[in-house]
Parts: sequence; structure tokens; C-alpha cells
Amino acid sequence: MYLSVAPSPHHKGTGDTSTVMRNVALATMPGIAALVYFFGAGVLVQIIICITTAMLTEAAVLHLRKKDISTTLKDNSALLTGLLLGLSIPPLAPWWIGVIGVVFAVLIAKQLYGGLGFNLFNPAMVGYVLLLISFPVAMTNWSVPTELSHHQVTFSDIISVIFTETTTTGMTVNDIRHTIDGVTMATPLDTLKTDLTLGLTVGESTAKDMFSSWAGFGWEWVNIAFLVGGIYLLKIGVIRWHIPVAVIGSLLFCSLLGYLLDPDSHGTPIIHLFSGATMFGAFFIATDPVTAATSNRGKLLFGVIIGALLYIIRNYGGFPDAIAFAVLLANMTVPVIDYYSKPTSYGNKAD
Amino acid sequence: MNQYAELTWQGLWKNNPGLVQLLGLCPLLAVTSTLTNALGMAIATIVVMVCSNATVSLIRQWIPKEIRIPIFVMIIAGFVTCVQLLINAYAYGLYLSLGIFLPLIVTNCIIIGRAEAYASKNDLLPSAYDGLIMGIGFGVILLLLGAVREILGQGTLFSGAEILLGDWAKSLTIHLIDFDQSFLFIMLPPGAFVALGFILAIKNSVNSRVEALIEPPVEIEKPQRVRINKVS
Repeated sequence: MYLSVAPSPHHKGTGDTSTVMRNVALATMPGIAALVYFFGAGVLVQIIICITTAMLTEAAVLHLRKKDISTTLKDNSALLTGLLLGLSIPPLAPWWIGVIGVVFAVLIAKQLYGGLGFNLFNPAMVGYVLLLISFPVAMTNWSVPTELSHHQVTFSDIISVIFTETTTTGMTVNDIRHTIDGVTMATPLDTLKTDLTLGLTVGESTAKDMFSSWAGFGWEWVNIAFLVGGIYLLKIGVIRWHIPVAVIGSLLFCSLLGYLLDPDSHGTPIIHLFSGATMFGAFFIATDPVTAATSNRGKLLFGVIIGALLYIIRNYGGFPDAIAFAVLLANMTVPVIDYYSKPTSYGNKAD
Repeated sequence: MNQYAELTWQGLWKNNPGLVQLLGLCPLLAVTSTLTNALGMAIATIVVMVCSNATVSLIRQWIPKEIRIPIFVMIIAGFVTCVQLLINAYAYGLYLSLGIFLPLIVTNCIIIGRAEAYASKNDLLPSAYDGLIMGIGFGVILLLLGAVREILGQGTLFSGAEILLGDWAKSLTIHLIDFDQSFLFIMLPPGAFVALGFILAIKNSVNSRVEALIEPPVEIEKPQRVRINKVS
């Protein structure tokens, strides 16, 4: 018998990076299913484009950096970055949108900082913000839920729109986006924001077709699906509860406050929680282990910052949704949060 | 002549103001969205640098040491005003597109840096030559950045050259790639930061490769470290 004298930590987890990343990817399945159901198979095409590009970019950079390609690719982190970005871009966006975003995310936001574990900012969200700033038109052309759409779009149409920008019958993305009533439709949050600037009240805006159910047609189910996936992640212990709870809690608090003070110009908490990318952001984006805060107290603060920024930008900023901006801004605060939220080690007094 | 060769080497590569000293980042990042703007800025900067270096060198005996910086700034401001009025008169379009960055050449640290570090200590000819070479070194980076950003941003080269060079230059505009939408990120200052970063990386990697060719690196014997936390 021998006694090991290795320094701490003595109790090691069993999961490796590859398993963790694969589990996160698996947990997005309900969300993907909901998106495909409401917005068509374009979502899948975008995801495939993004994942392929992410893998190729990662391999190319690793080759340049003279690192072992196959072991690093097997950690699935590039796959996850591609997947998350693919989920964020509009289903019928042209193919080069995904390619540019992913190349920027993997090459600049991740590998130039030193690869997985060294990046300051969430790669997928850096790619998303680059796209949103560079191509605002293409990035805000979200498709209409298939049930409200005027045109029946076949799979070959989707492929054709993504790769040639027109369908087989010559329609563009904007033509497809016409609803049964003949008007183009934006996302619920976008509509709400536009209507508020046009002088309508929240009540008048939410009386529209797309709010026929409780938080925007289709979007509430997408959010519930991501919530289910997130709860699965919590259950298998890939993420801790602190960040999602803090994000949702602070968003709920802010939106409730706004709604109670001035219900005519602030969306209801339900809309804020179950529309846009709230659940996706809270469970899958903000919980990125590399760029989020480390300690439990720090995670709570990090989440609260994201939720508050999310509400502020949604209501008073220039963009209808703000997961990417809120997460990136909160990423910047992480070094300070980590510095001040260091847990006291056992046996020492808290100072 | 050796002195001039050294100055050329320093200004264009070894001590390039844009790539090594990293001075004058404000115009470097702000006005390089097209090649035409970059060219205008480069010419203006070179003219100001040559003139201010020559003047400073001529009057260096009479400048009291304690107040030399305000005097340099006034000399530079005088030349910048001349250049600004000239551009206003003969290239009004360029004057509009360079905007505030034209008068801001006064605050460009390269110019005052060369006046302080070189012109105030050397004779007229070397000083003027130093201004010219440093200006060219900076201008080359401006042009490179302008070209890269214009190609990636809107797929053209030399768009709007007529506002700088006159009507004949309209034919200079080259359409390389046809974009439906311009790539706004590259046109905005953040894109300039990223592009400059890549140019810096290329410069450094070329540098280290050339140096490795000239003299192979000496093997330094690393001290052995003993690890005690593994039982084998």
C-alpha cells in the first residue's frame, strides 16, 4: 500500500470536456425540434453549415498552430460553437452569413485568444454580434412561423433560398415572409419595439395575430423546449442552477417592475421571459463554463447582470433582443467578479 | 550615405511608426475605410512631417529647452493648417470625407515624436529625410489597411478616387467582388483594429523568420524541474 501525496484537488470529476459538450449539444434537441416545427427545415440547414464551418476552421487554425488536430476536435467545443450560432441565425439567411460568423467566432474570438479555456468572450455570441452589426437586414429577416405563412415552402425552396437567395420559383426571402394577411412579420419582440416607437401601447401591439397565444406565436414553445433542455442539463449536473436562475430572476424582477410602473410602454413579464432567446440564452449561452464567473456567488452576480442588461437593452436600446450584447458585456465583468467573489478556503477567516 | 540607409531601414521596417511604434493609431484606424481616404491622409501626413521636421531642425538652436513642446506643436499646427486649407481648396470631397481627422494631424504623435526625437538633434537634410521616410512608412500602412478594408468591406478598390485626383481618376475604381450588402464590420473602427492586428502578426512572423535565418537561435540549457506530485 502506498499513500499518494499529490496536492489538491483530491476528488476529481469523471466527465471530460468532450462529454460535457456532447451533453449540452444533446440538450438543445428539444429546442431544435421546436424551431424546425415552427420555422421549417432551414434551421437544420443553418446548423449543418455552421457546424461544418466550425470544424474546418478549427482544424485549419490548429494546423497553423502546429497542434494535434484530432484530439482537440474531439473535445466537441467547435461543434458546440457552430451549433449555438446556427441556432441563433435566421433560418433562411444566405449561407455565407453562417460561414462568416462561425469563422470569426472560432478563429478570432476563440483560437486567437489561445483556444478553448482562454477565450474572454463567448465565441458564438461574438460571431452573432459581428453578423448583427455587419448585416442587419439579413440578420433580422426571421421567417414567419409556417402556420401563419402565406406560402408553402418546400425543402428544395429552402435549400435554394439559402444558397442562391431565391426559391425555385424566383421568390426572395422577403416574399416568403409575407403572412396570410399579406404583410411581412418580424419576431414578437421586434414587432413590440416597432409598435412602441410608433406610439402604440403594449395592449394594442399584443392584440395582433402573432401574439394570438400568450407570448408570441411559436416563440413560447421554442422557449419552453429550451427550458426543458436546460432542466435536463441541470439534472445531469452539466450546469449549476445559479446562472439560469439569476438571469431569469433578474429579468422577471425588471420586467415586473417596468410593467407595474407603466404597463402601456413595457411588455409583460410573460413576453420577456418566453419570447426571443431568453431561455436559450439563460441555459445555453450564459452558462458557458469558460466565459462565465467561477464561484457560486460570482455566478449569481453574473446572471443578475445579464438579466438586467437584457431588459435595459430590449426596452431602451436599439435592438429588439439582446442576449448576445448582454452576455458579452457581462463577460467583460467576469475578471472583476472572480476577483471579489473568491470563496474563502477551508480554515481561513473570511475577510 | 550610410546614415540615410539606416534612416530608411528604421522608417520603413525596423521602427515603422504604424507597425512597431504603434503611434498615430487614431487616423490609422479612423480614416482607412477606403484606399482613397488613406491615400489623402498619407499625403497630408508626409507633407506635414517633412515640413515640420525641416523647420524644427533649422531653428533648433534658438528653441529654449523648457518650452520646446509647445513650439513644436505650433510649428506643426501651422503646417497642418496650410495642408488643410489646400485640401479644402483643391479636393473638397476629400476634405469632407477626412473630416475632423485632418486638423487632428496636429495631435498625431508620430509627427511630434520625430520632431522631438530626431529633428531637434540633427541637421536639416537628415531631419527632412527622416520626416519623409517615417511619413512614407506610416503612409504605406495606411494604404495597406485602406486597401484591405475596402476590398473586404465593399469589394472595390479606389472607389471615389476622383475626389482626390480629379475626374480622370474615375476609371481607377476597380470592382473586384460584387456584394449585395457591404461588410459593415470591416468598414467600422473595430474592423480596422482586427485588420491591423493581423498585419502586425504577419509583420512579426516575417521578422522572426528572417532573424532566425540570419542567426540561428542559441540553445539555452533549461534548468531541470523536479516534479514531486506524481508517483511513478
